[in-house]
Amino acid sequence: MNEQQLRGLIAKVKVGLVSRRAFVQRMVALGLTAPLASQMLTHAGVAKAAPTFTYKPTKRGGGGALKVLFWQGATLLNPHFAVGTKDQEGSRIFYEPLAGWDPDGNLVAMLAAEIPSRENGGLAPDGMSVVWKLKPGVLWHDGKPVTADDLIFNWEFAADPATASVTIGSYKDVTVEKIDALSVRVKFKKPTPFWADAFVGTRGMIIPKHLFDAYRGEKSRDAPANLHPVGTGAYKFVEFKPGDIVKGAINPNYHMANRPFFDTIEMKGGGDAVSAARAVLQTGEYDYAWNMQVEDEILKRLEAAGKGYVNIVEGGNIEHIQLNSTDPWTEVDGERSSVTTKHPLLSDPAVRQALSMLVDRAGVEDHIYGRTGTATANFVNNPERVRSTNLKWEFSVDKANQVLDAGGWKRGPDGIRVKDGKKLKLVYQTSINAPRQKTQAIVKQAAQRAGIDMELKSVTASVFFSSDVGNPDTYTKFYCDMQMYTTTMTQPDAELFMNQFVSWEVSTRANKWQGRNITRWKNDEYDKAFRAAEGELDPVKRSALFIKMNDLVVANHVVIPVVARPLVSATLNKLHLHLSGWDNTFWNLRDWYREA
Amino acid sequence: MSQYLLRRLLIVVPSLLGISVVLFTVLALAPGDPFEELAANPSVPPEVAAALRAKFGLDDPIPVRYARWLLAMLQGNWGFSFVSRVDVDVLVLQRVWTTLFVIGSSQILALMIALPVGVYAATRPYSIFDQISSTLAFIGFSLPTFFTGLLLILLFSITLDWLPFVYRADIAATGWRWYWEHVRQSLMPVAVLGLAQGASWTRYVRSAVLDVIRLDYVTTARSKGLAERVVVVKHVVRNALIPVVTLVALQMPAIFGGAIVTEQIFRIPGIGSLLISSILANDTPVIMAVTFVFACLVITFNLIADILYGWLDPRIAYR
Repeated sequence: MNEQQLRGLIAKVKVGLVSRRAFVQRMVALGLTAPLASQMLTHAGVAKAAPTFTYKPTKRGGGGALKVLFWQGATLLNPHFAVGTKDQEGSRIFYEPLAGWDPDGNLVAMLAAEIPSRENGGLAPDGMSVVWKLKPGVLWHDGKPVTADDLIFNWEFAADPATASVTIGSYKDVTVEKIDALSVRVKFKKPTPFWADAFVGTRGMIIPKHLFDAYRGEKSRDAPANLHPVGTGAYKFVEFKPGDIVKGAINPNYHMANRPFFDTIEMKGGGDAVSAARAVLQTGEYDYAWNMQVEDEILKRLEAAGKGYVNIVEGGNIEHIQLNSTDPWTEVDGERSSVTTKHPLLSDPAVRQALSMLVDRAGVEDHIYGRTGTATANFVNNPERVRSTNLKWEFSVDKANQVLDAGGWKRGPDGIRVKDGKKLKLVYQTSINAPRQKTQAIVKQAAQRAGIDMELKSVTASVFFSSDVGNPDTYTKFYCDMQMYTTTMTQPDAELFMNQFVSWEVSTRANKWQGRNITRWKNDEYDKAFRAAEGELDPVKRSALFIKMNDLVVANHVVIPVVARPLVSATLNKLHLHLSGWDNTFWNLRDWYREA
Repeated sequence: MSQYLLRRLLIVVPSLLGISVVLFTVLALAPGDPFEELAANPSVPPEVAAALRAKFGLDDPIPVRYARWLLAMLQGNWGFSFVSRVDVDVLVLQRVWTTLFVIGSSQILALMIALPVGVYAATRPYSIFDQISSTLAFIGFSLPTFFTGLLLILLFSITLDWLPFVYRADIAATGWRWYWEHVRQSLMPVAVLGLAQGASWTRYVRSAVLDVIRLDYVTTARSKGLAERVVVVKHVVRNALIPVVTLVALQMPAIFGGAIVTEQIFRIPGIGSLLISSILANDTPVIMAVTFVFACLVITFNLIADILYGWLDPRIAYR
């Protein structure tokens, strides 16, 4: 889909021929993120959709206890040090950002008085700055007011390399200046189309200046408030035991009327995903269980008890197979898979095309993942704004055979294809994880029928995903022909996700294999499109560029997308919640309620 | 005696040092990186992980890191958790009481089963009671605790819905209700650990009593006309229990190991589950501290067993 088609589609949304939601879904199908899609609509002046979630309780409190189960408990409660999702979730109970992302990719104001836009003067037309206004009258849990100084402090705190915060990426390239007691201007170094990053969503939670001011930089780890958060959220801190439990009680001064509904919240950690699912779906001991990495068959059986249901929320995670562009079996200057080499077999487009036809995505979905993994042809899978409709996937051993025959690969006496004396033999690695080994087996079977000899290799997850420079089996080294894992799109903007195919991010020994481009694929057209998207302020043009990049990646068979992995959780029937694939589970905790 | 004790204590020092060297080296050589989640996250620049590694001294050579760890440990500083960013002793102390409570209750339960059943079975060998108790004991120690744990959960929590299977260290209730809730949630884990342990101890008590009951002095006691109850309690059990006491003491540390699995199944926030989550997160200081505590326990209980043995049986001399 090019820019013109996109504009045509947006025009249809504007006059009501296409629903907003359908548009977002199409864009996600093109590989965009939902926040990008809604940015396009806002830019085109399409009115905001009416919120799909209604909050019914008419008074604050009285809801009793809310009990949530995380099979990985929160280990720390400072959002700037929150390494994993579990820590972000624990922090999000008490802290809030200026705005969060709803499931359709719209910005929802939390601590902000309003969402900045061209119309309200919040966004500079040149894309160089954005003005955020704080909601007046918001208090920290200890009664002190929230002011612009807190925002500036958060920027200074996170951007300081000595703090070693994990949020530094969102803050180091901006400057924040105070306008008045309740508003700040975030200034960018270059025109920035995706301005909603600092102070927004998972990495935007605001901590109080008055408690952390004395603990900047090196001293940050000693701050007592790291273990005893004082935030602005709907629940106040009560108790925290790392890895075990986080407890909160209702904030009687919460800045939104009638919220929250529950009197206390308890986030219990530990155990395993299956028994967490049981505790919600079968015994009803808990209200909500997070991240159900459980086979769909088991979930369905548990759901049959009728106490609760499984939530499937679309996000940007993709289980995919990467094809190596370089030669993993030749060592150049002590490095295999060196960029100076070319893969002897996979450099033939026919082999790549055949391989993509040999991945039975529907089979993988039906027999392995069920609802927890849907077949996909796109690499960038979500926010609808960017999903590519240009691509279809196909599973056909016959066609793969034809492609290989036409490519000059002849079957040898042992049934394995040969060309120019090279045998079509590939090693396919992944981490140890039951669904992955099953997927490997499905692919291998099809490959055998097409005359490809496939050797399967599985590596312990702790080795495969480690950044250990000394270990040859890590995924970033990619000393293998093909490998499979899930890549996560943690950002509502697709730019960070798409940089894993640009030529300057190639993972090499020189950068200690920290480059994001693991397939080592290089393409000028892609690089150019990426550079253009970086500074493109028109969201429609920018989305069209992302769609083009996605098409390039998939059409060149750099990667073979297998299934999209939505976020799966379990909920009791009467609990009403609003989950988003673009933000934390607790992004809208203030609105959670239980029906009588 | 005091000389013996001193000698034993002196031997403890090099053994603990040796254990700590082995543990530290194995952990340092094991794959995995506490900051690998950061490395995999595209929105976190690689410099952050590098800065953290430098901050926690992970880039230094292993001997340097070991020396630093040892010096800190000697000063009573257990280290600093990479993952939770809290001192390790805080983390361990938070959890040690839960473990002690669950393990302690299960040991008491095991003794309460093993002693009467074992003694009674030995006084009536090959009777129906003996046959039944032996069969049950065999079943008890053949089934692994993770299996019995799951079975109990399936039966009492899911099918019958009587007991909760998520253990909570702090229950928001007071007075009798608090005790009641605690008893309810500890029943299953304590039963799982206690029954397995009790089963093997029953067999041991039985054979120890059988050994003693045939001796001449027991016959003498009987022929004196003492009541059977007095013979058994005062003359037989007293002597038969000497090896049992050592066994109980020696098995104490092992039961901590067995609790790791049980703690994970019932989500008991004890040391065992702390160890598992730290291993998964590559949180070396915590793994080091917990395994080291286990090592200390093994050595201490060995020592206690040796001393108890001599105290109970004066014929044994310490030299």
